[in-house]
Amino acid sequence: MNGSGWGLVIATFLASAVETVEAFTIVLAVGITRGWKSALLGVGAALALLVALVVLIGPGLLAIPINTLRLVVGGLLLIFGLQWLRKAILRASGLKAIHDEVAIFAREAADLREHGPVVPGAFDAYGFSLAFKGVFLEGFEVIFIVLTFGAIHQSVALAAVGALLAVIAVIVIGFIVRAPLSRVPENLLKFIVGIVATTFGIFWGVEGAGVDWPGNDLAIVGILAFTLLFSLAAVAYLKAKVEAHSAVVSA
Amino acid sequence: MKAIKAFFAFVYDFIVGDDWRLALAVVLGLALTWVLNSAGYPMWWVLPIVSFGALAWSLRRALQSHKRP
Repeated sequence: MNGSGWGLVIATFLASAVETVEAFTIVLAVGITRGWKSALLGVGAALALLVALVVLIGPGLLAIPINTLRLVVGGLLLIFGLQWLRKAILRASGLKAIHDEVAIFAREAADLREHGPVVPGAFDAYGFSLAFKGVFLEGFEVIFIVLTFGAIHQSVALAAVGALLAVIAVIVIGFIVRAPLSRVPENLLKFIVGIVATTFGIFWGVEGAGVDWPGNDLAIVGILAFTLLFSLAAVAYLKAKVEAHSAVVSA
Repeated sequence: MKAIKAFFAFVYDFIVGDDWRLALAVVLGLALTWVLNSAGYPMWWVLPIVSFGALAWSLRRALQSHKRP
């Protein structure tokens, strides 16, 4: 596997890990409060639908001319990357609350308990639908990453390997600790994925519009470095502004 | 019908996210790059400038709304 292949696997692994941690928190809350039978049925149904989507959309994407694919996928990836980067910068600078899996778990569990008792052994439609929704919506984001990165590299299978490794890692760690994965540095992962998605989004978007980059593939390194520097500078600037504002307010 | 609506709302939130201006800037940046290239002006730097300009603007707006009481 070459450098580009490793980059593909690492990018899909990181992005999928973030989404899987979020889905795991929801399933854990459903399983503990409403029972594991309905929770796991919801997970299974969501996974089946996600696999069906990949089978339906995947081959079609690979049939699209590469420049059209680069333009559309590059654009989508850039929008997605900028949104993640914005969120991660705002969180790192203190302008937005950090994603707290323990708090989310407690909130979900309290909501689930309020929804009435569960009859032992009976199918719990509420628990099923919550687990299904959580896994399907978070899984849809994983699919988006896998299909976009994979289609451009002409290797959906390699991208899927990264995602699958992330899902396995999160599930194994989750079952060992049996608690919400609060120690996963989710904002850092989001920051990295935002930088990678923005970089490749810009690179493929420009190529898809028919323009060649100076230095061809080497331009990726330049865009990556600029995106990283821009993001770190933005965090430092916003942090200083927030601290100065807090000092004025508390004075 | 409710589920379909909810799904499209999710897709909108997933792609467009918290600030629709970022999505609009990317579409405009790509369109401008394509139009300029078609006219014989291949300008690779247009999309990065538009993208990072839009992100900086979006962050500034977030900071201003935080400062507002």
